Amino acid sequence: MSNDARTQIRTFITTKFPDVTFSDEEDIFALGFVNSLFAMELVMFIEKAFGTRIPNEELHLGNFRSVALMADLVARQTSAAVG
Amino acid sequence: MTQTDVVASVKPKRGRIKCVVWDLDNTLWDGTLLEDSAVRVRPEVVEEIKRLDALGVLHSVASRNDHDAAMARLKVEGLDEYFLYPQINWNPKSQSVERIAKELNIGLDAIAFVDDQPFELEEVAHALPAVKTVDTARIATELASEEFQPRFVTDESRVRRDLYRAAVVRDQAELDYTGTNEAFLSTLDMTFTISRAKREDLQRAEELTVRTNQLNSTGRTYSYDELDALRTSPDHLLLVASLTDKYGGYGKIGLALVERGQPAWHLRMMLMSCRVMARGVGTVLLNHVMRLAKADGARLRADFVETGRNRVMYVTYAFAGFSEISRDDNRLVLESGLDQIQPPPAYLKVNVE
Repeated sequence: MSNDARTQIRTFITTKFPDVTFSDEEDIFALGFVNSLFAMELVMFIEKAFGTRIPNEELHLGNFRSVALMADLVARQTSAAVG
Repeated sequence: MTQTDVVASVKPKRGRIKCVVWDLDNTLWDGTLLEDSAVRVRPEVVEEIKRLDALGVLHSVASRNDHDAAMARLKVEGLDEYFLYPQINWNPKSQSVERIAKELNIGLDAIAFVDDQPFELEEVAHALPAVKTVDTARIATELASEEFQPRFVTDESRVRRDLYRAAVVRDQAELDYTGTNEAFLSTLDMTFTISRAKREDLQRAEELTVRTNQLNSTGRTYSYDELDALRTSPDHLLLVASLTDKYGGYGKIGLALVERGQPAWHLRMMLMSCRVMARGVGTVLLNHVMRLAKADGARLRADFVETGRNRVMYVTYAFAGFSEISRDDNRLVLESGLDQIQPPPAYLKVNVE
């Protein structure tokens, strides 16, 4: 699940920024290519792709800094929904 | 239907119509273009179009006709430039009206549709009940009603059509552009200007508080007089933002009201017009206020009211480092310690007056 989420998130980002290379753990905001608009697109993408609504307390930059952190967020949301 | 139902469903709201969509044959002109290429344009209709245009009401066309022939006829009459996203095709008119609403990014309840054929009026009314339908025979009275009288007529109303026409060119350029969104934005040469609100900005500022839903932190509306008092209050900063690019202006598109204080400044309201939603400029005004508060040695708090339509704004605050410090039902206060403030995006020049 987590690996699948990582792949989907990475694909979404590299479609938008084909020239940038980064690892799953790397801070994509620190790399400087993520603007506020893209941050919003990330939220929308994750909610749509994984059929979840991210609660307010999870909506902070810390959860979106890297592919790995976003996949963790997805895992928390989907397990919360099942449990 | 009971009397109260009627009142609730057709309650006229002043200035709710932002765009009038016109039929052509036997509405804008006498006769049928396909049968008679010399159709006579009705001067009383043209007069109405020009009158409403000057008030900032937009116009478009939904006509079943040959597209090129109809546009050529409109051009000869000097009328083509009045119509945004004209839909001249053989599709149902409800589809055309829907498309226009989508292109203009306005609600269906902000559209009036004018036609002489009962069939067309009923087709649109049935498919899109929110649209106001007007029989061509009744335009003199209908278009004089208060639904067609904007609550605000500002400097910007008079040029609204030009703003949208620039947007049409810009949108086409975006469609034609093959690179990433970021790369496209950097081709626009955007300048974002932030200044203290002047008296002549207040009508537009009031209008923004009424018209802006999605990128609005509180949904609260402010009257001209309230804004004028706040503008001159020593404890407050009322900031307006505008955006221009190589295709022209977007007009005044942002507003922020800040109350200065210690230990925290308080952002009472911030909004950004949906015109600039796709321009990645949502955080620029917020970051500016954050820098001002930080320079004053203060923290920054922000009022936020969940309206059901403004989640984008919540994300904007959250990603700028704000977190909830109190909540009363749907009314929140957010706060940032201002440890981290994002620089403006590289594709944008920020100009502070």
